[in-house]
Amino acid sequence: MTGSPISYPDNPPPPTLLIEPSSRRVSLQLDRLWAYRELLYFLVWRDVKVRYKQTALGILWILLQPVASMIIFTLLFGYLLAVPSGDAPYPLFAFAALLPWNYFAGSLHRAGASLVGNTNLITRVYFPRLIIPISSVLSGLADLVIAFVLLLGLMLYFGVMPTAAVWWLPAFVLLALITALGFGLWLAALNVRYRDVNHILPFLVQLWMYATPVVYGSSLIPERFRLLLALNPMTGVVEGFRWALLGRVLADARPPTALFLVSVTISLLVLLAGLIYFRHTERTFADVI
Amino acid sequence: MSDLAIRVQELGKQYRSGGRAPAATLREALYDALRAPWRRQPERHRDFWALQDVSFEVRRSEVLGVIGPNGAGKSTLLRILSRITEPTRGRVEMRGRVGSLLEVGTGFHPELSGRENVYLNGAILGMRRREIAARFDEIVAFAELEQFIDMPVKRYSTGMYLRLAFAVAAHLEPEILLVDEVLAVGDARFQRRCLGKMDEVARAGRAVLLVSHNMAAIANLCHQALVLEQGRVVYQGDAQTAVLRYLQTGSQDENAHALNLRHRTGNGPVRFTSFTCVDDAGNPLPCLISGQTCRFRIGYAADHAFAQSPTGIPLSEVSLSEISLSEVSLVITLPDGTNLVNLSTHFFPDAFAGALPAQGQLECCVPRFPLRFGRYFVDLYCAVNQELSDYVRAAASFEVHDGDFYGTGRLTRAESGAVLLPHTWRVASAMPE
Repeated sequence: MTGSPISYPDNPPPPTLLIEPSSRRVSLQLDRLWAYRELLYFLVWRDVKVRYKQTALGILWILLQPVASMIIFTLLFGYLLAVPSGDAPYPLFAFAALLPWNYFAGSLHRAGASLVGNTNLITRVYFPRLIIPISSVLSGLADLVIAFVLLLGLMLYFGVMPTAAVWWLPAFVLLALITALGFGLWLAALNVRYRDVNHILPFLVQLWMYATPVVYGSSLIPERFRLLLALNPMTGVVEGFRWALLGRVLADARPPTALFLVSVTISLLVLLAGLIYFRHTERTFADVI
Repeated sequence: MSDLAIRVQELGKQYRSGGRAPAATLREALYDALRAPWRRQPERHRDFWALQDVSFEVRRSEVLGVIGPNGAGKSTLLRILSRITEPTRGRVEMRGRVGSLLEVGTGFHPELSGRENVYLNGAILGMRRREIAARFDEIVAFAELEQFIDMPVKRYSTGMYLRLAFAVAAHLEPEILLVDEVLAVGDARFQRRCLGKMDEVARAGRAVLLVSHNMAAIANLCHQALVLEQGRVVYQGDAQTAVLRYLQTGSQDENAHALNLRHRTGNGPVRFTSFTCVDDAGNPLPCLISGQTCRFRIGYAADHAFAQSPTGIPLSEVSLSEISLSEVSLVITLPDGTNLVNLSTHFFPDAFAGALPAQGQLECCVPRFPLRFGRYFVDLYCAVNQELSDYVRAAASFEVHDGDFYGTGRLTRAESGAVLLPHTWRVASAMPE
């Protein structure tokens, strides 16, 4: 090698590293995630970069899917079945829900396949494995932002102004992220052991979409069943998006507070359980994968 | 001791093998659970220790080699040290930043440019972004890829790819470096640079743990070496001694006798049955060593099922009690099928002049085996009455390790070329003034 070794004063050699069989009790070791934040950054960056590089259509491709879905849903549910959407134009009503839903479905899919897709990293380099599903959930945010710009365009076109509640949007995105991560952790870890999880996933996502008020509004559901609907955390996300963006023109413009709180609780529980299960199986990933 | 870098104490790793495999799909797992809900795990399994009671220490500025036959636990050891998998028993202490080169280019993405991959790969290997930025030019210069650094690596040649990958890894500058077989890839020049780098790393006061099948590299680079066999340390000490010990003993259980019959043609009366490499005393060898005498033993048998007289009438057993071979060849090839050497009785017409027993072994002896480190394949051919009787391509393979071919106390290495020729040097005449 040419130059002289460079010293890094603020990177002192780490203290002695101990490797021992882990005890039965598993700690989440979230501090290690922080130590590896740069790797997380690079993995997200890689995912985003490769996704936009590989397709000739690039950004257009990212927009095609939600737009196509919106058109189909508008024809099918908006015109033929005349699903009530309050005073909001149905395309906007559907798109505001498709936005977080597509993010969630895509993230769940990517997270579920993430460990198996990164086998070469897992069997060769050490890092907290949590970084992999987390990076797949984060990289989907780029698509969300792009689709969001389109949504703003649609709102302008239909002349619908967002309410002041628009500042709540990041909270709903965060809820979608936590939900996707919570379920994604389960799927990713299960997928390492049982490869048919990947085949079940598209079917699961399809069913899940119809269980979530994407093509219809939760106001269509009788009042007494609504909290049941909220057991699905994506209900809170989707209704939250509609409320924040289209609040003015919805039939029921009250904030979905109860819905949201139930959704947050459920998704946090799923995330915690997912983290524990993931950490518990993590040590055998390299042996099983 | 303060200059201790790695301390491994009674390390053990257990894998489950044998018995009934656990369910591979969720569907099977659910089915198992429904069928026999009281039985949580398949009970019949054999515990298999990939590593057992392994203890050693590596000091700073020391290169420790780890050698042993395939399946001896070398890779498991590296995987534990690099925290990819957990030990079942024992403990490891490592002082300082650990870098592992289990395979160069881990995480390279073909769609990204060389520049982007340097950052990505650096992050995967545990470098900080600032560190990579500070060393970026140096890395690119080391890889000699200045002009191509913004090109996607999918357009790189294999050589360019490897150079870039190694350059990143070489600039990692950890206090402890774990290396597995990187020396087996790339051309001779690249291998030389890898070796040079490794030496430099050790000289800079770091500890290196090198796992390799390249005995010359172990002997030249390492101060100390361990020999692993079936998960246990069977020798620990001076690297030269370790190499010799490994080459002499090796594992005896290698199933070198059975032939691979996938590529077989010919249906004459004589069939090949086995292939073994043996030493002068007739003991099977796990591998050959450049420069040593080697004896190939080829088993054959007259096979009634295929024995047809020229008239098509099956030959009786009596007439098969003795056979006569007109030619036997043993062709040594590279893994890709390139013929290297044809050892044939064609040039030794009297080799099997008389009648031979209906089954037995033929021996072909090569004094001072002239091929270098690597795996070679063997095609076997024989003819009876000038007609093809049996021809098995890639019938068997054997491994050759570098040895003291020239009898000068130096092991052959990558620079020695593929084929070794006995030769001498002298001053033929003085240069006229």
